[in-house]
Parts: sequence; structure tokens; C-alpha cells
Amino acid sequence: MAESEAPAAPAKAEPNHGLRIFLIWIVLALVADLLIWFLWYPHMPPGRQSSSAQHQAFDITVLGLAAAPVMLFVWTYFGYALINWRHRQDDDEDGPPIFGHTGLQAAFIAGTSVIVLAAFVFGTIELIVPAGAGAGEGPNPVWKPSGSNILQVQVIGQQWQFTYRYPQFGGMESTQLVLPVNRPVAFHVTSLDVIHSFWAYQLGVKADANPAVDNVAYTTPEHTGGFTVRCNELCGIWHGAMFNSGRVTTPTAFQAWARATELAEHRVGLLAALPPYSLTYDPTVIPQLGQEVVKVAGITGANGYYYPPQDPEQP
Amino acid sequence: MSLPARIVTLLVAFAAVVAGAVFLAVYYIGGGPPTVNFVPEASGGQVNVVLQEDPQNTVTSRPDWVSYFVQDPVTKKWVHTTLFQVPANTRVNMTILGYDGCTPLRNNFWSRVQGTIGGTATVQQFKTVGQPLGVPKTFKVINSWSHCSVGHTFAIPSLHVFVPVASPNTKLFNSSACGSSPCTSGPHSMQKFSFYTPKTTGTFRWQCFVPCGGGFLDGNGGPMQTLGFMMGNMEVTS
Repeated sequence: MAESEAPAAPAKAEPNHGLRIFLIWIVLALVADLLIWFLWYPHMPPGRQSSSAQHQAFDITVLGLAAAPVMLFVWTYFGYALINWRHRQDDDEDGPPIFGHTGLQAAFIAGTSVIVLAAFVFGTIELIVPAGAGAGEGPNPVWKPSGSNILQVQVIGQQWQFTYRYPQFGGMESTQLVLPVNRPVAFHVTSLDVIHSFWAYQLGVKADANPAVDNVAYTTPEHTGGFTVRCNELCGIWHGAMFNSGRVTTPTAFQAWARATELAEHRVGLLAALPPYSLTYDPTVIPQLGQEVVKVAGITGANGYYYPPQDPEQP
Repeated sequence: MSLPARIVTLLVAFAAVVAGAVFLAVYYIGGGPPTVNFVPEASGGQVNVVLQEDPQNTVTSRPDWVSYFVQDPVTKKWVHTTLFQVPANTRVNMTILGYDGCTPLRNNFWSRVQGTIGGTATVQQFKTVGQPLGVPKTFKVINSWSHCSVGHTFAIPSLHVFVPVASPNTKLFNSSACGSSPCTSGPHSMQKFSFYTPKTTGTFRWQCFVPCGGGFLDGNGGPMQTLGFMMGNMEVTS
């Protein structure tokens, strides 16, 4: 009589891996997004000092909220696969064949399309609503702040210092950047030599300073206080030292500062010595004398070649 | 070639390459201009610093580069450097001898004397050393666009010190400019101004805002971007 075979052990039921991955992922994604919104967003750079800065902080947060679940899904799947489907000792069996899954593919294409299109719509709105989001829009800006009370400030880059002209205050020029709170500002950014980049960090404003180009950027300061200005384009050996600090003050304090600076520059004769306010400048032309500067060995008007013979006059 | 010989050859070649790299690093990177120390000379909360700017620099391998020199306060010799050391919280009485000719400022805003005590600078012209042309005059603006008047500038941006340096008489300069550095004769201006060093120590870069790098794009290369010529550091120590 043949010996009866031992009954085969019942096959272990395969767990629902998809559900497990989904549950792990949804918990992690929820926790991550809550942390981003409640912990990170309040401290998100560049801060809250201006309208453009506020929008930038919000934009970065929204992108973080969208990106974190995607990233966590990849990590969750990766970790789950490493733990559950890793190669085990004496297991020489091939893995199950993989076939296409129309529903899964459609869901992937639809999901990624929704994410990309949503990012496109969101980005476009966030570019339009804050009037260009503090970025340089070139000489003919498409998005402008509403209202007519816009403060015009010209930013002039030169190796290695920014200076600022205020055409509404007699065209006075200063090494200080002072702005009034709650008033829209139009920065007209240009350069007298190489390419620089005006980056008022806490204001969320950044615009390239190109020679002979008027690059316009807008923002509205919403809180008083100091901010940092840096050059953000490698512009020579002292590029790293091309920075200064500006400040947002009350409208009254701003008016007082601007009027006092204009008056002081008028009194010492500096206003008359400056070129007439223009959106760009040609450093090889001296407008006061209407002449083009002679170039000698690449230097404009070196060794007195510019000046007329009867003018040897020095201080 | 035997194996030991090949190994020795390889090691020798490797050592030669390393030695060459070290030499280049020490010679070009470590071999910067010296620092002139004015700290021991300070007294009564003041210190006197004397510079000169020349149309050339015949003591270097770049004889056609304009250059500043610093006068050693002890030996009174001119040192080819733009590095100097001064004490903190001290009045610096600066004298600059301008031997180079005029060049219009790229931004005439720098015509204004800024950051000095009183916001002024005093200028006197000289036909040559010891032969003044007129009396010293004090200025708040030296307009480089109305007259052939500014040779270079001395600026410490982080201290908001911006001073246009007057150029010498153009006719005299064109006929008898100093041709050998450091200049000890020839037409020149003598400019004096004072400013206070900060209470905290640190390194403060200074530069010229006239694009005076002849032969370079817009005059902004060469001496404009090289320590020892038209840019330097003011070291403020305790």
C-alpha cells in the first residue's frame, strides 16, 4: 500500500500590495503636506516684505505641496519593493511576467497631464496677478501694477556698485536704495559696462542689468525694514562684493529722505553734473557737451583726448 | 626598460609635475603684493596715508598698466602695492598724488566727494615736485564732464567713501608726464581728504571707478581687476 502523501501546505494568500502601498503613501503624503503648510510656509524665503516676495513664497509652497506626494510615492514604492520583493535565499524562481495594464497607463498619463497643466495654469496666474512676479520683464513689460502712483527707480550697475536714480525727484542719484511702504515701485534696471543682475532678495525682485537695455521689474513693498541687494551675475573679480542694503520706510520718511537728497545734490552741483535722466545711457557719449568720447587704447577719452585744447583746467 | 626603472621614472615624473604645480601656486597665487602697515604710525586717533597713482608701472612686467603706489610711512619709499593696514576707529588723513591724466567718469555721479569728513576734498596742482600751481582748493564735486579734471577715483564702497582724484594740468601732462614709476617728478595733483575707519576690524576693498584698463573692453580689465594696481584692500585692525 502506497504511503499516502502529506497534505501540501496551503498557499499563503498574497496580500493586496497596491492597497498597502497606497495606505502608507497617503499617510506620509498627508503628514508631509501638513508640515510644509504649517511649519515651512511661514518661514519660506524670500519672506513677506513685498507683494512679489509673498507670491514667491506661496508659489514655492504650492510646488512643494504638489511635489512632496509625488516624491513620497516613488520612495514608498521603492522601499516597499525592497522589503517585500527582494531576492530571498534559495529562491530561484523567476518573477511573474509583466504585461501592459491599460487602466494603469491611462491613469498615469491622465495624472501627470493634470499635474503639468495645473502647474502651467497656476504659474501663469502667479505671473500675471503680482505684475510679473518681481522679475525683469524687459523694456516693454506685459504685466504692470494698477494705479498711477508708481515710484520710478532706476538701478544702474557698474563694476562693482549699484547706484539708484529717482526721476520723480529731479533725477537725483544715490548709493542708497530707499523705498516707501505700500506704494508700487517700477525698477528700471540697466548697466554702464558688463552684465550685472539686480537682486533685492527680501523684496523678491530680480532683473538682469544689461548695458543699453531698460529692464523693468515691479513690486510693492508691504512691510518696513531692511533688505539686501546683491549682484547675481558674475561680473568680474569683485562680483562677490557687489552688494548693499536697502530699506523700506514710511511714506513720510521716504519723502523726507528723497527731498533732502535731491536738495543736497542740487546745492553741491551734482544734479547739474549728472546726465539727463534716460532709460539707458551710452557711457561713450557725454550729453552735457554733446560729443562722443574719443577712445584711446580702449579707454573712453583717456589722457584728456576728449576735452578741447583750450580746456586744460583742473581743480 | 626594467620594472624598477619604469617605476622610478614614473615617480620622478609625478614628483616633477607636483613640484611644478606647487611652484605655480606659490608664485602666482601666494605671491601677492605686500601690505604696508600704518598701524604703528597712528597717534592721537589719526594716521596719515600717502598714495600716488601713475600712468604706467615700469617696475612690473605690465609697464603699460596704470597703478597706485603706497608710501611706506617709515622709509618713505614707494611700494608697489594697494594693500595697507590701518587701525580701527581712527581718522585716516589720506593724501593722493595724481600723476595720471584725465579720463571722463563712466558715471558722473562719482564726481561727488562722498563719505569724507565734511564731504570735501582739497586739491592743489603742481608743475612738478615742489613747484605748486596756485593754492589748495576745497571741493565737494570735481566734475569730470565739464573739465578735464579727474584721473581716477579712490572708493571704499562698503564705507560709502567715494572720492574723485584730480588729474594734473593737461597741457603739462601731455608735454612732460611722468614716465617712470614710481613718479618722483612731473606735473601732478595733490589731493587730501579724511575719513574714519570703522570701530570693527575687517578687510575693506577699495577700487577705482574710472575704467582705466587700457586695451581692455571698455577699460574694465587688467589693472582694474588686479591687486597691486587699481584695486586693493584696506585692512582695519584693532
